[in-house]
Amino acid sequence: MADNNNPLISKAVRDFLAEAEEIVEHLGSELADLADVADNGDVDPDLLNAIFRGAHSLKGLAGMFGFADISELSHNMENLLDWLRLGKLKLDAGVIGVLLEAHDVLLSLVRSLPEGEGGGEPDGKISACTARINACLEEPNRDAAQASPLEALGLSEQVLKSLTEYEEHRLLENLSKGKNIYRVHASLELATFDQDLAAISDAIKTCGEIISTLPSMSSNMETNIDFDILAGSAHALEEFAPAVRHDSVTVALLNGDPEQPAAGAATAPPKNGNEEPANLPAPPDALPAPAPASPAAGTPPLSAKSISRTVRVDIGKLDELMNIVGELVLAHSSIAALAERLRNERFSRVAVELGKSAKVLERKLTDLQKGVMDIRMIPVGQLYEKMSRIVRTISREQGKKVELLFYGADTELDKLIVEDISDPMMHIIRNAIDHGIESPEKRLAAGKPEKGVIKISSFQKGNHVVIEVEDDGGGIDIDKVKDRALQKGFVQDLGAVSDKDALDFIFLPGFSTTDQVSEVSGRGVGMDVVRNNIAAISGMVDIETTKGRGTRFIITLPITLAIIKSLIISCAGRTYALPVTSVLESLLLTGGDIKTVERREVTQLRDTTLPLLRLEEFLCLNRRSDRPEEFYVVVVGVAEKRLGVVVDELLGQQDIVIKSLGDGFRRFPGIAGAADLGDQRTILVLDVGGMVNDTLRSGS
Amino acid sequence: MNRKTILITDDSTALRAMLVSIIESLGDFRIVEAANGFEALRLLPREHVDLIFTDINMPDINGLELLSYLRNNPNYEHIPVIIISTEGSQGDIEKGRLLGANEYVVKPLDCSDLKHIIVKYLG
Repeated sequence: MADNNNPLISKAVRDFLAEAEEIVEHLGSELADLADVADNGDVDPDLLNAIFRGAHSLKGLAGMFGFADISELSHNMENLLDWLRLGKLKLDAGVIGVLLEAHDVLLSLVRSLPEGEGGGEPDGKISACTARINACLEEPNRDAAQASPLEALGLSEQVLKSLTEYEEHRLLENLSKGKNIYRVHASLELATFDQDLAAISDAIKTCGEIISTLPSMSSNMETNIDFDILAGSAHALEEFAPAVRHDSVTVALLNGDPEQPAAGAATAPPKNGNEEPANLPAPPDALPAPAPASPAAGTPPLSAKSISRTVRVDIGKLDELMNIVGELVLAHSSIAALAERLRNERFSRVAVELGKSAKVLERKLTDLQKGVMDIRMIPVGQLYEKMSRIVRTISREQGKKVELLFYGADTELDKLIVEDISDPMMHIIRNAIDHGIESPEKRLAAGKPEKGVIKISSFQKGNHVVIEVEDDGGGIDIDKVKDRALQKGFVQDLGAVSDKDALDFIFLPGFSTTDQVSEVSGRGVGMDVVRNNIAAISGMVDIETTKGRGTRFIITLPITLAIIKSLIISCAGRTYALPVTSVLESLLLTGGDIKTVERREVTQLRDTTLPLLRLEEFLCLNRRSDRPEEFYVVVVGVAEKRLGVVVDELLGQQDIVIKSLGDGFRRFPGIAGAADLGDQRTILVLDVGGMVNDTLRSGS
Repeated sequence: MNRKTILITDDSTALRAMLVSIIESLGDFRIVEAANGFEALRLLPREHVDLIFTDINMPDINGLELLSYLRNNPNYEHIPVIIISTEGSQGDIEKGRLLGANEYVVKPLDCSDLKHIIVKYLG
């Protein structure tokens, strides 16, 4: 268990470091905002509360991970901020200075963490800072807190008990400043309440301060949820209610209604023609003018170096960046062509230098393209932490003992592929535990260690990444597989089926060697789904197995789907690209090699019958009158299906960047996208999966 | 499956990750996470939750308000709620007790305390 805990613990520590740095940086900017308004004395409560929450989170985090210095200092900082936000301490320049100093020390402490224990801040600074914080807390700048005004509001006990100390303070503060206290009641649909509540809250914040938000059960509890929002505002009810108008929202003034008639009756002055009626509310307080920002002369310049080395980038932005790089490649081709033309017209130094510049540009563009591709790559190891959990869960449930080993976790794959490979990997692992690894008793009886081993390895192999899942269980019983295939009607004569071919039956729909359906992997999801999901990302999966010794699944994946190696072909005078990952081999056939079976052209390929597809007919191209006596056939495969595509010429391999054709053209079968070739030609990329499915289904 | 489901509500990603790691080492549980009271309210109708850990100080809907909602809703009133807090928040902890919290644990979290609580309510 300790081995499995380590990856999670270290991941949690990395999360802490990233989050701690983020918290400290937020504290810095928020404290700067606080310093700007400190002179006015009217501090934004949301800002102060946000700073408090940051210090609070940092303290809890650091304590959990054992960083005592950070925890202690942020704890003291939290105490100071708590007094400020609860009104027990007045905010002045001295307090601001102490907070800024504490922040600087925290920043140094957090940034020194990756360097190890020895790089910590001298204890002198920490204790000096702590002493200054405690000095602030001892000063007698306190206002006596009043409790009685809360009772007059008529709030229910439920609401009062749900207020935190901070919220109580904010409520009292609003009352003492003569603000109106409103209760906004909203009944919202369960499906959309978060957006609705956010809209209502934003409306309230434009003319007041939200003190608390209490969810409660709706009278229509199956479909709705109710919220009671307490808000303080300087606006009168006639102004406040329209501003927060919303379906299912009612607004009630809590501290104004009972007082106004009595006050009017008791204190009405003699009427004067120029005076306003006495019961009108007092004019709202003027908003505090922002003070000019004062530069912190003593603050050392913050290091631009970030402790956290990761930046989250939206994958769509990377795709757009790749598109731009592609456009630059085309622009470069134009420049190179111009240079060539200039050189041919007459020798000129300008033409030579333009050619050289085009060469330099080409190299830089190649580097840029590679750099953008690298950004999409993430280590396969990101999958492994999730697998550890799955293995622990399933093996415990199955009563088996399993050790999970990882190799090559730093092998990199395109992020989208890693996400797509996750489910097939989980399924293979489930099968390895459910069907592969024996129970401890069986293993001991067979002379094996009691604990089974699942080894996951990943490594790069040319333009592909290979992921292997290997178990030391009982292996796949090929004889049983053959019997099942015969039973299911997949094959008529077992004599012609090799062991290698028999393993492919496992990937056929409806095949399962498990007579007993277990809850884990007997949900009706077979290995056909696994292979199809892998094929959907241009990958392939193979099996090697030895009875009694174990099974290995070998998954081969393209490193990225954005740039793929393709076979360039021509047909009826046009050029197309076929992804190499789908190409199995190419043949040269003559007319005599083709037969017609059930009105479909086929050819005999070693032991099997290969259906043929004439690309020109599939794409409705115009054929010239003569038909060649010899022609090329590209054998393509998707999962277990094979197809021979008849083409005119094979033009060689080339790396291409696939671009989408856009929504308007998405529906065409057999077309996966478009690609730009280096010489300014745009060609279509064929979708092998679409072609295979369309052909084998329609029998065209 | 008969696994128990635990909901963790805290606005700190790292704290949730640490809690998840500790709880997983204690036994076979299904864990769902919420970053604030909003998300918790959205998750509750979908997940069959058996135990809830929640912080108190969270933006928008705080832990006390979430607790009040749970205790007044017949669908959720039976779910044990454990408050995650710091020793400096005694006032809020007492309010949590009044609102019906079953336990509270203090940061930094102690594995044996957590184990004791989980066994007590889910064992």
